[in-house]
Order: sequence, then C-alpha cells, then structure tokens
Amino acid sequence: MSMYDNMEKDYVSEGYKKYLISHKRFKSAIRVSRIVILILIFVLWEFAANNEWIDPFIMSQPSKILYTLTSMAKDGSLFIHTGVTVYETLVGFVIGTLLGSLIAIALWWSDFLASVLDPYLVVLNALPKTALGPIILVWIGGTTKSIIVMALLFSIVVTIINVFTAFRNCDEDKIKLLKTFGATKKQILQKVVLPSGVTTIISTLKINVGLSLVGVIVGEFLVSKAGLGYLIIYGGQVFKMDLVMTSVLILAIVAAVLYLSVLWIEKKVLKMM
Amino acid sequence: MEKVVEVVDVSMNYHTLEGETQAIRKLNLYITNGEFVSIVGPSGCGKSTLLSLISGIIMPTSGKILVNGKKVDGPSPSVGYMLQKDHLFEWRTIIKNITIGLEIQGKLNKENQEFVEKLLNEYGLYEFRNYYPKQLSGGMRQRVALIRTLATKPDILLLDEPFSALDYQTKIAISEEVWLILKKEKKTAILVTHDLAEAISMSDRIIVLTKRPAEIKSIHQIKLTCDYKTPITCREAPEFRVYFNTIWRELDVHV
Ligand SMILES: Nc1ncnc2c1ncn2[C@@H]1O[C@H](COP(=O)(O)OP(=O)(O)O)[C@@H](O)[C@H]1O
Ligand SMILES: [Mg+2]
Repeated sequence: MSMYDNMEKDYVSEGYKKYLISHKRFKSAIRVSRIVILILIFVLWEFAANNEWIDPFIMSQPSKILYTLTSMAKDGSLFIHTGVTVYETLVGFVIGTLLGSLIAIALWWSDFLASVLDPYLVVLNALPKTALGPIILVWIGGTTKSIIVMALLFSIVVTIINVFTAFRNCDEDKIKLLKTFGATKKQILQKVVLPSGVTTIISTLKINVGLSLVGVIVGEFLVSKAGLGYLIIYGGQVFKMDLVMTSVLILAIVAAVLYLSVLWIEKKVLKMM
Repeated sequence: MEKVVEVVDVSMNYHTLEGETQAIRKLNLYITNGEFVSIVGPSGCGKSTLLSLISGIIMPTSGKILVNGKKVDGPSPSVGYMLQKDHLFEWRTIIKNITIGLEIQGKLNKENQEFVEKLLNEYGLYEFRNYYPKQLSGGMRQRVALIRTLATKPDILLLDEPFSALDYQTKIAISEEVWLILKKEKKTAILVTHDLAEAISMSDRIIVLTKRPAEIKSIHQIKLTCDYKTPITCREAPEFRVYFNTIWRELDVHV
C-alpha cells in the first residue's frame, strides 16, 4: 500500500528465502495433518463398525452414511432439505442483522430509549432463546415463518448490543469536528458514526450466521416439516441413525460454507474501505 | 483595528452529576482582524472550553460572544476549528477528508471544489489527494487537517494544541508552515498551546489565563526584532528569552 513497498520487492536475501520456504513447509504440514486426522477417524470408525467393536445400528458407519448420501442425492431430498435450511438461515441472518442494526441506530439516536431498554436487552441476551421456541410455534404456527423468527431471535439481540456499543464508542472528538462544521445529528450518524461502526457490524456477521443456523435447527426440530433439523429429529425418532449422522455431516459442511462465505464477504468489504 | 472576536463577560459552568464545574468566570477579551493570538494557561483551566464557546458548539452560561459583530448562537462558517489530533477519517481519501466540511454545509459546488484543488496544489498535497490518511506521515496529516479547515473559507481559525501530538522536529516545521499559510491567506488565528516557545514565536499577542475558573492573568504584546518574521527566525530574537521567562513565571508551574 505505501509508496515504499515496491522498492523492497525486487531483492530477496538468501536468509529470507529460507524463512519463506520453512514457513511454507510448516503450512503444508498443518494442512496434511488435518486431512489425515479426518481420514483416520472415518477409517477407524468403519473398521470398528465392521468388526463389531461398536454397534453400527446405534453408531452408524461411514459406508452407510455414504450410501444414504448418494441415495438422498439421487431422489433429490438431499438438495431440498439442505436448501430449506440454508434459505431459512440466510433470511433470518439478513433480517436479524438489518433489523438489529436499525434498532442500534434508534438507541444511539435517543439516550432515553437506550437507557429505558438497557435492562431488557441484558435479560433478553442472557435468556436461552430456545425457551421461546414453543411460544413462537403457538403464536405464528408450524410454518417456515416460525423458523425464520427463531433464527432472527438468536442473532438480533447480539447484533443490537454489539453495534450499539460500537456506535457509542465512536470518537467524541471526531463528532466534535463535524459539529464545528455545523453538522446535524443525521449527518453525524451518516458521516462518522455509521462508517466507523462498519467494521464492528461486519464482525458481528460472523457470529450472526452461526447463531441464525442454531435458531433454524431449533425451529426445524419444533416445526418438523423439512430441513436438516427435521431430518435429524425424524431420524432419531425412527432410529435411523444413518440418516441422523448423514444430516449432521451435511449440517457441518453447511455451517462451514456459510462461515467461510461471510469471512470472504468481510474481507472484500474491508478491502473496499 | 476592527474587532473580529469579542468575548463579553462570559462565564461557563459545566453540570454533571458529580457537581458543577466553573470553567470560565467573567472573561473579557477581543481579537482584531488578522491578528495571531495565543492563549496559554495551566492545563484544565478552560482553554478548550473558550475555543468551543467561540466556535459556537457550546453556549455560555452567561455573557455573550460576538464574531464579526454578530452574537454567536451556533457553529458559523466564518469560524474554523482545528483540533489537537488531525481526526482524519481513515475510510475517506485525502480529498474526501478535506471536503467533508463543504459536504456538511451543502457547499460542495464546482467553485469550492476548484478552490480546494488550488489549496491542494499550493500546499503540496495534490499528488496525495487519492491516498488514504494512513499512508501519510504525522506532519502531512496535520497539514491535511489545516486544509480541511481552510476549505470552508473561515476568516477566523481556532487552533487547539494542533501540534502537541507531533514529534519535536515535525512540530517546528509544521508550525512554521501553518503560520506562513495563515499569514498568506490573511486569517485571524487563536492558538491554544502549552508550548511557550511556540506561542512566543508565532503570536502577535499572548493571553495568559489563571487556573480554573479561567480569568485573564496578563496580556503580552509580542514585539521581536528579526528581519523576516517567521516563527523559526523569531526564535533567534534577543527579546525571546525575556518574554519566555516573564510568562513562565506568570504561569507559576509547580511540579
Ligand atoms: N463536557 C464537560 N463536562 C464537564 N466538565 C468539563 C467538560 N469539558 C471540560 N470540563 C471541565 O472544565 C475544565 C476546563 O476544561 P478544558 O476547557 O478542556 O481545559 P483546558 O483545555 O484548558 O485543559 C476542566 O476542569 C474539565 O474537567
Ligand atoms: Mg484542552
């Protein structure tokens, strides 16, 4: 970035080259170890199940998971359920983040409102949101809407608290600077409070996507119509452990992909700033 | 000389739950057109408060302040304020930082943009206009902060310890530069500083305040014999030490 960077790029000393190579080796050793551990677990699991060290009916086994996976892919149910879960998570996540940020703006705007709502936020934040599940189900009904509301509940309180804290920590002197130019409250919000809070908003995205997924799975447990959460609860009830394990595995992949996507977006946005 | 700033019987009390703080008591002073005045005084005596009052971002508890003969009742475009730190916005480029005042006042028109470009050119920032603040050195950033203040064309500049965050060499160089710029642009300036040498070398007049609540302790008209009067050459003047010692004694610093 700086104007001096280019000068140093041309010349690389022997010592520095060695350092880079050893760093690269270290990195690839880590990567290989990670993959080896994963393979070991699956091989050991399969082996243990085949030799009846563990009960494959209760523990399932990789070959059966693979079989379940392919048959689910063939009849399309894999994509339907995964799609439902991802869709619900994304909708809950986006609404939770937007609504949470909007409420945080309202709290920043009015000290009175912020002070009045403070204890409510603290309690709502501490309350296990799962407990609200049955209430939501009764109020809204056993539909996708309920699940999205669950996802939203899980992420919104954290968003409000984090974003509001970021707004409040905005440098007083920067606000003073804008005031000397005669800035209105709205201009202060637009020109300094929001832009300096963007990094925090973005870092709450990472937390939110995970929380939304938790909310969606809890919602699907309760509503029991479709989605990975539904598959897991259904599989458990009818003792199809292959289905449960397969669904958990897919869920793990979904969670990882969602997290990495947010990370990628975060990098892009921060680079733009 | 025409009085551009008049502070008349001004008192300022801050109210907090811990109690009432009287920052300024019955203060009277004036600044004339084109003058460079420094305000020195013990820390916490109310210097920043005085500048905030003149800029109109806070209102006095009693008394009144006139700028260009008009009572101050809010921030006015004729007064520019430069704070201790540069407070450049990291997410804005240099040019965007400089035009923020114009943006807020809704005056980002072609004429003003050309004026800003002229300032950038004159003060060696044009090629850096699309850089981000973190790519600039401390002294350069402070220069940007000054241009940002000048962009809205104020005739009075308030400078609140604008050089105190800089290292010694940069501080000498940039204070020289700021002084030259302000003289060239024919601005009236009020500088708050705790650096006596800086105050003596830059000012036409120095106002010494008492400890809180601030009242006027003394006023010194600074007359230095040097050929080309700039802050750096002024430091060589024979009277420099005399002023320094007199004011130093008045400040009555106890460690
Ligand atoms: N916003 C505020 N609320 C309450 N007290 C304040 C506020 N700003 C400044 N003060 C108090 O007023 C006094 C003068 O402050 P200030 O003008 O910043 O002093 P200086 O700039 O001379 O160091 C100090 O005692 C400070 O604690
Ligand atoms: Mg101060």
